[in-house]
Amino acid sequence: MGYDAKLRVWRGDDGSGQLQDFTVEANEGEVVLDLIHRLQATQAPDLAVRWNCKAGKCGSCSAEVNGRPRLLCMTRMSVFAEDEVITVTPMRTFPVIRDLVTDVSYNYTKAREVPSFTPPPGLAPGEYRMQQVDVERSQEFRKCIECFLCQNTCHVVRDHEENKPAFSGPRFLMRIAELEMHPLDVADRRDEAQSDHGLGYCNITKCCTEVCPENIHITDNALIPMKERVADRRYDPIVWLGNKLFRRGEN
Amino acid sequence: MASPAETRTSGRSRASIAARTLRTDRWWIPPLLTTIGLATFVIYAGVRSFMRTGYWDAEHHYLTPFYSPCLSDSCLPGSAHFGTPIGELPGFIPLAFLSLPFLLGFRLTCYYYRKAYYRSIWFSPPACAVAEPHTKYTGETRLPLIVQNAHRYFFYVAFLITLINTYDAIVAFQGGFGLGNLILLGNVVLLWCYTLSCHSCRHVTGGRLKHFSKNPVRYWIWTQVSRLNTRHMQFAWLTLGTLVLTDLYVWLVSTDVISDLRFIN
Repeated sequence: MGYDAKLRVWRGDDGSGQLQDFTVEANEGEVVLDLIHRLQATQAPDLAVRWNCKAGKCGSCSAEVNGRPRLLCMTRMSVFAEDEVITVTPMRTFPVIRDLVTDVSYNYTKAREVPSFTPPPGLAPGEYRMQQVDVERSQEFRKCIECFLCQNTCHVVRDHEENKPAFSGPRFLMRIAELEMHPLDVADRRDEAQSDHGLGYCNITKCCTEVCPENIHITDNALIPMKERVADRRYDPIVWLGNKLFRRGEN
Repeated sequence: MASPAETRTSGRSRASIAARTLRTDRWWIPPLLTTIGLATFVIYAGVRSFMRTGYWDAEHHYLTPFYSPCLSDSCLPGSAHFGTPIGELPGFIPLAFLSLPFLLGFRLTCYYYRKAYYRSIWFSPPACAVAEPHTKYTGETRLPLIVQNAHRYFFYVAFLITLINTYDAIVAFQGGFGLGNLILLGNVVLLWCYTLSCHSCRHVTGGRLKHFSKNPVRYWIWTQVSRLNTRHMQFAWLTLGTLVLTDLYVWLVSTDVISDLRFIN
């Protein structure tokens, strides 16, 4: 059964903007993105929204619904009461381009700063051989759709713009963890994780995990194991001594 | 807080939204409950650790974990399971002064408790997508919070202390078998679950390896610890509850406020 839903949508650009109220028809089974599209089709043809797959797999329609970072296409209207005002705003952490579309280039800059996969010297593509048990731990992180909701919700940059140069954010610290755990990657990424990518800024409050639409355990399986590896490298004298005495290599 | 909306990146600025958060749910309830829960435990444990009464029930051999190991001449006869190598202790020093600081350190640096108190006490952040009140944030990059990286050392000591608690629970069966034994035993089982589900334990047992296939035993241990680790938060709260329950039970039984329910003897 359809009803008239109350939407409050942020409209504006990097100069100014405000929340505007709309009443939009909602039908059974619809998601917030459906209503944004209906709003665009019927009342606000110039409303800017980024979207693509409508299936929670492209990571394009990231925004905030009632203040919570969500994918618009994965937020069902049925979770709201019919008389509830649904506020839709752009991601707060990134500069706004127009309406619900933000400039996420911060993430692409950070992505480029992560050194790429480093196989052992002399091993050519096609010669890679790995045990499944060795690669499956980091395969969880490959589910990432790069919606950047984790980057958006992380208070390190959300509440402190000044931390952006020093902090790569959960998505790219997870990428470092993925490579660090990769059985064929020979680069030691522990020092860089702390000094160049700001792992120490993370205070493991798990908001990145809470908002991840792919349910990746970012904090428990990537960030905390990475913090422990950094502790091995920089803060644990016994591990350091053991490595020196027994000349332990990678195992 | 700083006004991120005013800060410009790549020539553009953030959407001008003045509200601290647009969340409409009751996001303040979890931090409030966490603060109440932690404060209740800290006050109870703090008071009990200094009381020096009701910690040893000589009749049934029950020793509360807040006084274990008891190693000084100030301990009641029978409560010192490992002898009394230390002389009399002044009243302002808890009888379990060798274990309590490490147990406190283990919980303070625990990855779960860090999340709990960073959110609920330090408001950094109070909840997801709710702005924190601080103007500056450096996380765990410098003193004093960089010390959180020593969590593994507290884990090693906590492991030994849990062994001692286990010994206390086993020794208590010398006095027969009663409800107190079950409470001590249940507490120890949950303490093991909490200690072994620690993220540092997960790392040292196998997480630090790059090739599980070369270390099948450590991989098996890591797998089991990982299964426990998914419930680390639950164990963290359950053990706070069982520690208080165990101590309270020993206190009440040893001061004859209640009598122990006996199954054998």
